[in-house]
Amino acid sequence: MGKLIRFLPLILVLALGVVLYRGLSLDPQEMPSALVGKTMPSFALKTLTDNDKLVTNADLNGDIVLVNVWATWCPTCKYEHPYLVDIAKDPQVTLYGLNYKDDRMAAQQWLQNYEDPYVFSIFDEKGTLGLDLGVYGAPETFVIDHHGVIRKRFAGAIDTRVWRREFEPLIAQLIEEKKQGK
Amino acid sequence: MRLISFILLALAFMLTVNPVQASPVDTYEFHDEVTKIRFQALAKELRCPKCQNQNLADSNSPIAADLRKELYDLLQQGKADSEIVNFMVDRYGEFVLYRPRVSQLTYVLWFGPAVLILLAILVVIMIVRRKPVDKKDLALSSEQQDKLKKLLNDK
Repeated sequence: MGKLIRFLPLILVLALGVVLYRGLSLDPQEMPSALVGKTMPSFALKTLTDNDKLVTNADLNGDIVLVNVWATWCPTCKYEHPYLVDIAKDPQVTLYGLNYKDDRMAAQQWLQNYEDPYVFSIFDEKGTLGLDLGVYGAPETFVIDHHGVIRKRFAGAIDTRVWRREFEPLIAQLIEEKKQGK
Repeated sequence: MRLISFILLALAFMLTVNPVQASPVDTYEFHDEVTKIRFQALAKELRCPKCQNQNLADSNSPIAADLRKELYDLLQQGKADSEIVNFMVDRYGEFVLYRPRVSQLTYVLWFGPAVLILLAILVVIMIVRRKPVDKKDLALSSEQQDKLKKLLNDK
């Protein structure tokens, strides 16, 4: 016992070292979303392409819905865009856009220039739906299951690596849940 | 002497010069003083989700401006402070609170320091109350004395 006490400071310092070392590789910007496990907030907004067309939650059809928050003022969205075009070809998911606090003309031009991966884009000029979703930047991507419940929020750009690591396991899990009739 | 007067001068300088206020300026108008004070208090209590070391009052990021606007609107609608805080937490998580609420997640945060202080006091008490070593025990027994003599003689 006496010997153990002598080593206690060393053990404590080592433990502190381990904790701090681990802290180096953590991303302090990464925050769990408050909305995971809740249903998609209700909204009624126009689409990006058609100012007369009103869309609501009911228009987000599909077993696994992805809602991608994007804007033309966001450079990372441009990086992410080609990957979204690829993801849109995946029949397991349905990709919708949420054009967040953007200029309508610029956003329409963007989709013409770079190809439109979205079934449609919700035009959230004032950021009201963004606020309800707890969006604090772009790009962000939400995964919604067949019950309309938000299962994941990913802040940052999607590329092939991120897609494999962050999304594919969840999508496999959701397909399995649907099969089992949950 | 010169050094001391220099330090005093420097201190006086530091005390008289006001720190530069770099907070963003909003032009919200309030009907009464109380709401204005509540707005300022809440903007200090709520953290900006994007720039994580600043509160809403300090930050110039667009999201902070949006949230200040939302805060203003909620106050104008006559919402209570707790309702506004819940509104923010529902969207941005417990994270937005600079003073986290007491919950299972934050027990360590709230009670950890008190527990550590108690532990430290306990250790101090234990050390203080430890029996002083009896001087008689320090003296060599006759057996040890013999051994010592023998060793010294061997030299």
